[in-house]
Amino acid sequence: MSSGEQVAPRRRKVVVTGIAGRLGRVVARALHHDPRFVIVGLDRRPFPEKPKDIVHHQVDLRSKKAREVFRAGDIDALVHMGMMHDPRATAAELYSWNVGGTSRLLEYCATYEIPKVVVLSSANVYGPRPENPQFLTEEAPLLAAQRFPAMRDLVEIDHLASTFFWKARDIETVILRPVHILGRVHNAPSNYLRLDPIPMLLGFDPMVQVIHERDIAEAVTCALTPGARGIYNIVGPGEVPLSVIVRELGRRTLPVPHPIARPLYAMAFRLGLSGYPVAELDFIRYVCMVDGARAEHELGFRARATLRETIRAVDDPA
Amino acid sequence: MGVTDWIRRRLDNAVEDRLGDDVGARTRALVFRGNEYGYDAYGLGRDHLKVAALLAGWVYRHYFRCVARGVEHIPPAGRVLFIANHSGQLPYDGVVIGSACFLEPPQPRLVRSMVEHFVPTVPFASYLLQRWGQITGTPENCRRLLEEDEAILVFPEGARGISKPFSRRYQLQPFGLGFMRLALETHTPIVPVAVIGAEEQAPAVNVKPLARLLGAPSFPVVPYPPFVPLLPLPVKYRLYFGEPMTFSGDPDDDDEVLEEKVRAVKHRIESMIHLGLRERKHVFW
Repeated sequence: MSSGEQVAPRRRKVVVTGIAGRLGRVVARALHHDPRFVIVGLDRRPFPEKPKDIVHHQVDLRSKKAREVFRAGDIDALVHMGMMHDPRATAAELYSWNVGGTSRLLEYCATYEIPKVVVLSSANVYGPRPENPQFLTEEAPLLAAQRFPAMRDLVEIDHLASTFFWKARDIETVILRPVHILGRVHNAPSNYLRLDPIPMLLGFDPMVQVIHERDIAEAVTCALTPGARGIYNIVGPGEVPLSVIVRELGRRTLPVPHPIARPLYAMAFRLGLSGYPVAELDFIRYVCMVDGARAEHELGFRARATLRETIRAVDDPA
Repeated sequence: MGVTDWIRRRLDNAVEDRLGDDVGARTRALVFRGNEYGYDAYGLGRDHLKVAALLAGWVYRHYFRCVARGVEHIPPAGRVLFIANHSGQLPYDGVVIGSACFLEPPQPRLVRSMVEHFVPTVPFASYLLQRWGQITGTPENCRRLLEEDEAILVFPEGARGISKPFSRRYQLQPFGLGFMRLALETHTPIVPVAVIGAEEQAPAVNVKPLARLLGAPSFPVVPYPPFVPLLPLPVKYRLYFGEPMTFSGDPDDDDEVLEEKVRAVKHRIESMIHLGLRERKHVFW
């Protein structure tokens, strides 16, 4: 690709989907500061505070205009993190956007021979289960959808990407499965930890893994390295009981006995008082932790933020 | 916030006072790979360990007045599998072996045992057992811990052993092969352990019709109130640690080949049980 180490290599053009989201902006900022990359945004939302030299296409992933972006033929990589997690959206809408959108994107990449595809999945696809080993490796089956209809789309995206990995052997596909991302992002774990008091299940205090949003940007950069391909769990600086995180943040807890938590939260969700689908209660009951050794050995990825910084990141001023 | 913190501090001080010099020093001497919050990757908590040491130490020294032989066979460091006979309806044999490895040798060892898969679904037990170093019994967990040079306790008789009726005391039930596969795979020495006393701690008969009705593997009934085994009788425990045994071979060998190796371990435990039964004068003292 480049003509030797001395001459400045051509900057690689990276398409980032979901760039207008909070996590998207964190990743875009990191890649933007990196002289090796030129960023192209792809999101149906506007990207108001974007730096001048980022080109942003405000289009739907499933539209013809999205295909045009890839057809231009100068794209070197795709970073796909434009998943919609809105628990209030209808199942059909979520499916069409997430699964439909991803399969379209992968189709464009195959057609226009994009050499590198990075898909941001999640360690949640393994699913929290009482019989889980303490650390799941990348070979573990993706069982989240068993108890969790809401996770079906994410599991399916992961499957789509891994099928693509095996089918399109001349494209370097990287699937990242990070643990709970904490920071200013508005995802379920960060929003949960910003509650006060934080509801917990009485008599349950599972070990959890967290990662700083900035470390996700680092992981994506590692995944963009030429030659990197495969499926990787991405872990943060360590494991702690949920109660320790709550204490570190100085929040109060609200212990709810689990037999009443289910109906209670199902009702609260229906009434719009809680933003958490009731199936997600399993995440604060059972263990769903992963082994990040492969990413460390093969991608050279190691989380930089300490455990304390990572936990405190949910309270960072916006 | 203030009240719970105050209670926590008071409890912590009370535990610290009661630990005594020996147990306190041993908790500090324990090899512990924790993070800045005092927890290791498997959920073991340094502060929780003090409580566990206090409780288990009392059970070991005062309730069961345990005597341990062959303590010199407990390796001070490195991976090891303790293989023991399982009995007595309640898993106090695990508590006692763990306490012996913590209290008896010059360098205290933390022994982890594998708990059943239903335990993580039980409130409080779900995390308390984990804070005290116990882990869910999956082969992956066992392999990982052995590769990290930890000590693991396995009862290869499993539920067959613990739930057997009083009439079959000191008769070893069939051994599972899983522990041998893991030992071969991770090149782990095996320390056989014979537990004398646990078999009489809850002399139970199995009421088969009730068990069938409830869909449970057994329904033990004991001849003293409350008639279900909740409290063990204060029997005297005797532990015999055997010389470490090392095996080599292919972990994926046929079951017959593995069975032969497992039989060697079983025979060693059996002969230690016979020795122990000959040596003891009475069940309770």
